Amino acid sequence: MSAVGTLLRRDLAQMFGGGRRGGAVLPVLFFVATAMLFPFAVGPDPVLLAKAGGGIVWIAALLAAILPLDRLLAPDLEQGFFDQFAVRGIAEEAVVAVRLVAHWLSFGPPLMLAALPAAALLGLHGDTLRTVEWGLLGGTPGLAAIGLMIAALTVSLRAGAALAGLLLIPLAVPLLIFGAGALSTGGQSGLALTAAISLLLCAITPFAGGAAIRAAREG
Amino acid sequence: MEGCRLAVNDLACRRGDRVLFRGLSFELNAGEALQVVGPNGSGKSSLLRIVAGLLRPLVGSVDLQGPVGLVDERPALDEHLPLGRALAFWGRIDGGGFISWESASDRLGVTGVLDVPVQYLSTGQRKRAALTRLLSQQATVWLLDEPLNGLDTAMARECERLVAHHCGVGGIALIASHQPFDVTGLKAIAIEDYAP
Repeated sequence: MSAVGTLLRRDLAQMFGGGRRGGAVLPVLFFVATAMLFPFAVGPDPVLLAKAGGGIVWIAALLAAILPLDRLLAPDLEQGFFDQFAVRGIAEEAVVAVRLVAHWLSFGPPLMLAALPAAALLGLHGDTLRTVEWGLLGGTPGLAAIGLMIAALTVSLRAGAALAGLLLIPLAVPLLIFGAGALSTGGQSGLALTAAISLLLCAITPFAGGAAIRAAREG
Repeated sequence: MEGCRLAVNDLACRRGDRVLFRGLSFELNAGEALQVVGPNGSGKSSLLRIVAGLLRPLVGSVDLQGPVGLVDERPALDEHLPLGRALAFWGRIDGGGFISWESASDRLGVTGVLDVPVQYLSTGQRKRAALTRLLSQQATVWLLDEPLNGLDTAMARECERLVAHHCGVGGIALIASHQPFDVTGLKAIAIEDYAP
C-alpha cells in the first residue's frame, strides 16, 4: 500500500510540478485555444455557436487528450524505472493503474474547469453547460484510459507520438458520440453510456498497459 | 541473508534472429560471487536480464530465492530532480534497507551532489547513485551489469570492496563485466564458451 502511495505522489508531482511530462497546463491551454478559434472561424453568430458549442468543447477535449501521450510512459521505460519496479515485485499493472489515476487527476478536473471560460467564449450556458460538464466528468476518465493504453502500446515505437494521436481519434469516437450526443437528445442516457464506456476502459487499461510494457521490454 | 540461492539451468537466449548462448548452467549459494566475462554483444547483459526476470529465456529455467537488486546502465533516477530527492523516492519504495540511503550515499561519496539535479551528473556519479540505491535496498542477490563503467580507480576498488562485503555477509553477486573484477573467491565463466 505504501508503495502505491509513493508512486502516486511521484506521478502527481511530475504532472503538476512542471516536470518533464509537460504538466497539466499545456493540454488545458490547448483546449481553451481550440474553443477560442471556432468563433473566429465560423463567425460570431450566437445561435450557431450555441448549437455547435457543446460539440466543439468535446472535440477540443479529445484533441487536448493527445498532447501528453508521448510523455506518459516512455521516459520511465527508457530510464529503467519499470525494470527496477519489476525486480522489486511491483507489477506493471499496479504502476499503470496508479498512473491512470494521476493522469486523470491532471487532465479531467483541469479540463472541466477550463470548460467554463471555453463555454463563455462559445456562448454556452444553463442546461447546455451543465450537460457538457457532466459529460466531461463521465468522459475524461475514458479519454485518459485510452490515452494511457495507446501510450503503452506505442512506447517502443520510434514514431510513437504521431501514431498515438492517430490511434486515439477513432478509439475515442464512442465517447464522443454518447458524450456530445447527450447535448442534442438532452437525456441522461447518453451521459450514463459515456460513463459506462469510461468505466470499462479504466478497467481494461492497467492489464492492457502492463502487458504492453512487458512486451516492449522483450523487444 | 540466509537462504538466498541462484541456480541457472540449461539456459539459452535469443535476441532477434541470433542465439547468443545455450546450455548455460551454474549455481550460486549464499556468499558466492560469479563474474560473467565476454566481448561486447556476447549476451552478458541479456543473461542478467533473464536472471532478473525481465527477459524470457529461449529455453531453460532460473531458480532464484531472495530479493534482487539490479544495477545496469540506466540509473532510473528522475532527471530533473535533485539527486537527494530522486534517491529518497527509492528509499520510500524500498522501505528502509540494511542501511539508509543517506549513509549509503556517504559511503559512495555522493553526499556533495545530493542537491544537484540528476541530469547534470556525470556517468560515474550516476553509477555511484545507482550503487547507493542498491546498498540501501534489502537485496540479497545483486545483479551488476558493468558496475565499473564510468567509475574512477578509487571508486572501482570501493565497488569491489562492497561486493566482497556483501558476499562476506552471505549475499550473492552476479557480475557481468569485461573488466577485471578483483574479489577473492570470485568465480568466472566466459559466456563465449556457450555460444552456439
